[in-house]
Amino acid sequence: MTHTPHRLEVENASIGYGEKIIMRDLSFQVPHGARVAVVGPNGAGKSTLFKALVGILPLQSGRILIHGESLGTHKDCVAYIPQREDVDWRFPVTVSDVVMMGRFGQMGWLNRASKMDKQLVRKSMEQMGIADLAERSIGQLSGGQQQRAFLARAIAQEPHILLMDEPFTGVDVTTQETTLNLLDHLRDQHVTAIVSTHDLNLAASRFDLVLLLNHKLIAFGTPQEVFVKENLSQAFGNSLLVMENGMMLVDECCPPDEQFAHHEHTEAK
Amino acid sequence: MNFLLEPLTYQFMQRGLLASVIVGVLCAVMGTYVVLRGMAFLGDAMAHAILPGVAIAYIFKGDLLIGAGVAAIAVALIIGLFSKGGAVKEDTAIGIMFAAALSLGVALISTMQTYAVDLSHILFGNVLGVSPSDLWLIGGLSFAILLTVGLLFKPFLVISFDPVLAATLRLPAELLRNLMLVLLALTVVVSLQTVGVSLAAAMLVTPAATAYLLTRRLLPMMLVSAVVGALSSIIGLYLSYYFNIVSGSAIVLTATLFFLLAFLWKRFRGA
Repeated sequence: MTHTPHRLEVENASIGYGEKIIMRDLSFQVPHGARVAVVGPNGAGKSTLFKALVGILPLQSGRILIHGESLGTHKDCVAYIPQREDVDWRFPVTVSDVVMMGRFGQMGWLNRASKMDKQLVRKSMEQMGIADLAERSIGQLSGGQQQRAFLARAIAQEPHILLMDEPFTGVDVTTQETTLNLLDHLRDQHVTAIVSTHDLNLAASRFDLVLLLNHKLIAFGTPQEVFVKENLSQAFGNSLLVMENGMMLVDECCPPDEQFAHHEHTEAK
Repeated sequence: MNFLLEPLTYQFMQRGLLASVIVGVLCAVMGTYVVLRGMAFLGDAMAHAILPGVAIAYIFKGDLLIGAGVAAIAVALIIGLFSKGGAVKEDTAIGIMFAAALSLGVALISTMQTYAVDLSHILFGNVLGVSPSDLWLIGGLSFAILLTVGLLFKPFLVISFDPVLAATLRLPAELLRNLMLVLLALTVVVSLQTVGVSLAAAMLVTPAATAYLLTRRLLPMMLVSAVVGALSSIIGLYLSYYFNIVSGSAIVLTATLFFLLAFLWKRFRGA
């Protein structure tokens, strides 16, 4: 990794589908190796931002630079944990097949997997605690195990930037814990992690930086700087309840595809 | 033994058998993607859509395969054009092209003198009429298609299983999808002679669906599918010879029997 500067830069990006702009004039810079939590109300454009960072959704204006070069010049330095509905779970692939896909970009499309590729795949599966499931069909696994299989694939990809869209919602405790441990491990390896979450407590306690969005940038900085009353009320509007003792409560329902509602809250500084 | 060898004393039977096996394997391999990507309707539509091309080639005494090939690729690209950017849903675009091309084809064929015989050959195939030059064309095209599938095994796997990964790996997904449509179109064209337009869709779907029940990885699925396709072609052709059945029907019915056996095996094994 000889590129300098090591970072992700988003400059005046406007993102949307055709005429409809979902994210307007977004600018921020992430230093290399930082852990960034992306928070904001439902429909604030978190997934849209992720799609733009991956390159599925073209920018309407502005630009995204990785290591100072525009998105698309790098082959596979961005890994992405897809949302459940983007994957065909009935497809005939085993867990190790899925993880091996993470190596495709580097091994070349015509080459066979080398010994090193196979070792990396095995190591990634061990790290995610799914090595014993290697030969199982991906569709036979539980939701949490499937997510860990995709995390293992992301590690095998050896990315510089890892994007995770809501990895803590709707998964078991083991998977949540493994995912959090992975974040710690990635920081040691100087991999930038950008994670969207509804859990503001988690965002405040386990991340270096918080990106607060609501169709535009509300605030970006350390959790202490971002989680103040003005920012939160600007982002969440009427869903924010400020109590007398300084506690703030965000009453936010889950995304529409989830079955039961829950509440999230955070302490005021 | 004589029972198996007797039909092969005829040269047209040798050619017919070779052509059916090649087509059986080719359809079975391409069918894997048809089944996994939910393109069964597209395969069916594609098969019917080549009818006008075949009819025009027939009227002008041109090569039927070339007429069919041009029509199939045109239809594949028009479907892609209609559904691009979500103008109409893909299955709607397919439905429109399917009906329009079939109508045009029948309209053209109905102007011919020998309407009934020609139509039945085009619809159900005429495997015993495979000429040596047909066989070369079938073999050459099949080899080219299978080679492409082999070379693009990994990109096709990624765009089928996880389009988002395809995007992060900077795969030209749109181009690959169109290429897959063209390969599918060519496959249908190649199978025109043996199983005919109306049964080509079955040869695309049935062996691959059988293999899907029996395997759980892509490459084994393709191989099992190819074996089922080849066996169905051989057994079907012998049935056709001894019981005097239309060869295309015999081949498809044999493949269907394989599917039923696989289905029952899976059901009673409780897997």
